[in-house]
Amino acid sequence: MTARIPEEYQVKIGLEIHVALATETKMFCSCSTAFGDPPNTNVCPVCLGVPGSLPVLNRRAVELGMICGLALDCEVNPQMHFERKNYHYPDLAKGYQISQLVAPLAEGGHFTFGVSESQERTVRIRRVHLEEDAGKLLHGHRQQTLVDFNRCGVPLAEIVTEPDLHSASETRAFLEELRALLRAVGASEVRMEEGELRCDTNVNVLDQSTDGPKDGTEITELKNLNSFRGVEHALLWEIKRHVEALQRGDTLTHETRHWDEDAGVTISARAKEEAHDYRYFPEPDLPAVSLDPGWVDRLGEEMSETPRQRRRRLQQQYGVDDYTAGVLVSEDDLGDFFEEAVSSGGDPGEVANWLMSEVQGYLNAEEIALHELSVTPQQLVAMLQLVDSGKISGKMAKELWPRMAETGKDPDQLAQEMGLQQISDEEQLQGVIRQVLQEHPDAVSDYLAGKDRVVGFLMGQVMQKTQGQATPQLANEKLREALTEAKEGKGEED
Amino acid sequence: MNDLKPGSLSIQKIQQLLRRREVCTDELRGAAVEDVSRRDQDVGSFLTVRGSYEGQSVNNGGTVSKASLNGVPCGIKDNLCTSDLPTTCASQMLSGYRPPYDATAVKLLRRAGAHVVGKTNMDEFAMGSSTENSAFAVTHNPWNSRRVPGGSSGGSAAAVAAGLVSFALGSDTGGSVRQPASFCGVVGMKPTYGSISRYGLVAFASSLDQIGPLARSVDDCARVLDVLVRHDERDSTSVKHPEAGAFASAVSESEPRLNGWRIGVPREFVSEGVDEPVRHVVREAADVFRQLGAQVQQCSLPLINHALSAYYIIACSEASSNLARYDGVRYGLRAESADVQEMFIRSRSRGFGQEVKRRIMLGTFALSAGYYEDYYLKAARLRRMISDQLNGSFEEYDLLLTPTTPTVAFRLQERMDDPLAMYMADVCTIPANLAGIPAISVPGGFHEGLPVGIQLMADRFDDRKLLTAARAFELSTGHHRRRPSHAEEGEMGRCGR
Repeated sequence: MTARIPEEYQVKIGLEIHVALATETKMFCSCSTAFGDPPNTNVCPVCLGVPGSLPVLNRRAVELGMICGLALDCEVNPQMHFERKNYHYPDLAKGYQISQLVAPLAEGGHFTFGVSESQERTVRIRRVHLEEDAGKLLHGHRQQTLVDFNRCGVPLAEIVTEPDLHSASETRAFLEELRALLRAVGASEVRMEEGELRCDTNVNVLDQSTDGPKDGTEITELKNLNSFRGVEHALLWEIKRHVEALQRGDTLTHETRHWDEDAGVTISARAKEEAHDYRYFPEPDLPAVSLDPGWVDRLGEEMSETPRQRRRRLQQQYGVDDYTAGVLVSEDDLGDFFEEAVSSGGDPGEVANWLMSEVQGYLNAEEIALHELSVTPQQLVAMLQLVDSGKISGKMAKELWPRMAETGKDPDQLAQEMGLQQISDEEQLQGVIRQVLQEHPDAVSDYLAGKDRVVGFLMGQVMQKTQGQATPQLANEKLREALTEAKEGKGEED
Repeated sequence: MNDLKPGSLSIQKIQQLLRRREVCTDELRGAAVEDVSRRDQDVGSFLTVRGSYEGQSVNNGGTVSKASLNGVPCGIKDNLCTSDLPTTCASQMLSGYRPPYDATAVKLLRRAGAHVVGKTNMDEFAMGSSTENSAFAVTHNPWNSRRVPGGSSGGSAAAVAAGLVSFALGSDTGGSVRQPASFCGVVGMKPTYGSISRYGLVAFASSLDQIGPLARSVDDCARVLDVLVRHDERDSTSVKHPEAGAFASAVSESEPRLNGWRIGVPREFVSEGVDEPVRHVVREAADVFRQLGAQVQQCSLPLINHALSAYYIIACSEASSNLARYDGVRYGLRAESADVQEMFIRSRSRGFGQEVKRRIMLGTFALSAGYYEDYYLKAARLRRMISDQLNGSFEEYDLLLTPTTPTVAFRLQERMDDPLAMYMADVCTIPANLAGIPAISVPGGFHEGLPVGIQLMADRFDDRKLLTAARAFELSTGHHRRRPSHAEEGEMGRCGR
């Protein structure tokens, strides 16, 4: 589907991203924001827009909105107020949505993200404002349409970017890193499957070859994309449409289009939907809110590190390389696990290696998340210490790990139960070696005759006799000692 | 007491009767309902009357007997939510609608022991100045049955004037408490914006709406305010009034004086647009205040002439949004259609009356792209300038004295075909709503047997000052003691001209 885009064409993409803020209660009432409850159970006169009811602003929603703004390097406005956005739809209880237009929560930020391992890009953030979510239409039996108002009034932050993105894949990378950022700072859980991040994209293509005023297509708005894959695919399709139009000299018309996931095409929305005049005006039921600098600063201090800051710190503090740091911050609990393990005595390199290979391998195979694992960071460190001290081998550790992950038992106990114990006792090993040499006089003769490679055979015999539990290095050393002795003994005989 | 008409008694009188154990609250309640059922047929002030007093949740325990409004019968305008009585806003749209909760003001009255007798008639969604825009009933002025009671709280004003209830609640967006109070010869007050919680008041224009009491004396008004003025967390525009609970004490003096008070009479309010008999009443009132010790001077507020235009733009804009929720989806009237857009259109076309539609259209227009700057924004700027001018006048004057309405009560049907003439009825009362300041209408005299009200306005939070002066005025004139003939004889006066 990827269009071959001529050099002189520039794709411009801007986003309007709606994120559900991680509050316990709704934006203007004390109903729960829980997802998946039976329809119309988390409702009250306020979020149902019952006559006479009035909104009361949820302070936490303002704080989480500010955290969004701060994480995106925006300026928080000293005062914000709400507007009403008027339109009729059956899922909109009041006939208007409380939103912000003139004095939003925060403005003028930017966000830097990685487009590849070595390449970064910065997108300007125009504004972050607060608004309430609408309900949900359910299409029931006998062609009836029903409305579930549980979601009505859930607080949203709308993040608006400047048109600084230039491709579908770049847009996807931006969204993925934005999601990680919002989760890391605690503004939102960003559960995609619950629709906690929805994205409208604006796209057009400019021809930069002309000198005078730039030729280009009119902007298309793609509405309500709720998966990153959807965004990427819809954009690929749409960019192709714009490029082809431009090539045949068409500039298209400004319109709203919907992405049809199944057909894999975008479809023009009905003209009716475009003809919206939202008749914004100041919300008279809510006074302006002062966002006092002290409040903003306090939130800034309490705000967790952004993934980008953490990635830098992990490199500096623990000496891990950039790639490793990147993997560790890609999921915030992975970074937490790493840091806790290191702080309880683990070697940063070893811990990181284990997390990225064995641990993630296990999680992928079992299709579970890190937090579902019953192993603690301390237990992982204890296991690595068993390897370091030679009590078990690296190979044994790899055998031990899945059992630990399954049972949550301490590595020490589990190793004993599984009989994974290296024999590091010299006398015990010397006894085994003596036995092996007696059982294989031919091999010993071969060795004495100068055939060095029989050492490998004898070593194998030692390992077999110890059921693989002999510490290989020590066993090898002792075997060679014994053979040297035999050689010297023979020399004396000669 | 077979002839007991609790609604014709003052709050103080009812308290006295209860204290002396001459009546009990059950008797009061029963008699009040019976009296309303019998006499309201001629007035038409109620839309719903509680069938039986027994249905009301009453607590006759010790705490309630001491409650300040115990057993006092009251009427509630039908745009205040009551969980046990329909709340229709006098609109087909909400015919039979039963709210799931009590408005904060209603809850506070009930807690104070007041007896909610029923819901009073009004202009549909509080839009109008004669109560003729009610979808359900005609309310007559108790002083003259061919005259309107004023509006939009006309049912509340008529019920109080007719002695059916001791007091009633109305809502005042542009004068809807004060103007009918003036027409019906009772006291009506709009306190400082935010003093009484709007939670449960069905919104018309949120930034202007304020609940207010109507009663037969300033004293009763003050007692009701002591119950209602409280900060409410459910209303974000609710304020902590510095004088809360101290209103009745402001009017307790038996011979109050106003020595040293300065009262301004803005000339714009007594221009040719105001009927001469009404201007005459204002001049007389000025003399009364002088005799009470106040200095009364003419002053000028030139911007006031623009108040009506600014008001109608802002009120209609907010109304167009506030009334958007009546779409037939969740409550109220639904005209079925397979197509949801069509269902919206049909329901709203059928549910709303003409004046409501007119204002929704006007407001929608004023907020539309391309017109917003010229209409809504300009009106909002004008509103701020008018407020500034009004507030500035309180650096010089304690109070402003004006007529409440330019005319006495007009005839039923007289202005129904002339919306602009109807809007003029609010020209004197609108400025106080734009500025959010307190204002009161008290009976100031009579013209050809019809009451004429005077209006006093004060600075924000100076509600006590307003009550003090109004009380001094009513005690020295006694106009408030004059009642329409039928209110005493249980028969409607039909001497109208």
